[in-house]
Amino acid sequence: MVSVALFVAVFLACIVEAVEALTILLAAGTTRGWRSALIGGAAAAITLTVIVVVLGPAISAIPISYLRLFVGGLLLVFGVGWLRKAIMRASGLKALHDEDKIYVEKLAAARAASAEKRPLVGDWYAFTLSFKGVLLEGLEVVFIVLTFGTNQHDVPLAALAAGCAVLLIAGLGIAVRSPLARVPENTMKFVVGVMLTGFGIFWGAEGAGVVWPGSDGALLVLIPAVLAVSLLYVKLLAPRADLVADVAVEEYE
Amino acid sequence: MSWLKSFGLFWWDFIVGDDWIVAAAVVAGLALTALLTHLAGVNAWWLLPVLAIGLIPISIWRLRRDR
Repeated sequence: MVSVALFVAVFLACIVEAVEALTILLAAGTTRGWRSALIGGAAAAITLTVIVVVLGPAISAIPISYLRLFVGGLLLVFGVGWLRKAIMRASGLKALHDEDKIYVEKLAAARAASAEKRPLVGDWYAFTLSFKGVLLEGLEVVFIVLTFGTNQHDVPLAALAAGCAVLLIAGLGIAVRSPLARVPENTMKFVVGVMLTGFGIFWGAEGAGVVWPGSDGALLVLIPAVLAVSLLYVKLLAPRADLVADVAVEEYE
Repeated sequence: MSWLKSFGLFWWDFIVGDDWIVAAAVVAGLALTALLTHLAGVNAWWLLPVLAIGLIPISIWRLRRDR
């Protein structure tokens, strides 16, 4: 059960981040030229791989109780952050994440930027735009892969989930050559937030010395409970959304 | 120095995010759970779920207030 949940959580988190990275890569490629944009994306992918290779063994060397305490805390901070934004979006307190709009904004910024030639890279702006986009979107996935994987002693399964997600989005991106606006990103972020929070609570408490009633089976109660409370928050906050619609700041993270 | 500052700010933003109360409360919650479990002998499995569920509306309220 935990392995399936691990795969689903990493897969969905990676899909969300890959869709966002693809939008940035497409904006850089279509406006500034594909060569520099793809070199930037590839350089970021190599950097992320190096981080996994360096941090993976280091994290694995930490005793399991300390690891669960540290990882549980980290996942809980990430999870509450994701869930809070997802609840605000679902209840109308925050603008929905819109890949089409972000793409148009990135296109305009890329067109307006001046050209700067650099050796090997060509267009420096396209390189840095796609490098930063892929690196920043990928960093959270790297943490999720490493923390979920090492905690369950199954980094290969977590890496497989991430790899499947990246291949799927890359394939779709090549096929449609436009932002994947129809991917239900907001719903997926909600689900990932619930799972990160659920696992964060479970592992964090275990790391602090707690013995869960029902052992691993506690997750079967914990994750649906987090989901149920989150949906309740959406319902409670939705009527108030109209009151703050005029001050809703459109943030795209 | 400015590079170091940027590096530190990046990690602060990456881990702590836009509401430091969440990170501080999680650290305090983990510490309290460990204290209750190891020193008081209480199997405090209920503490972190209550904390997480309580943190979400507090954090939403803080973000809306700051805007």
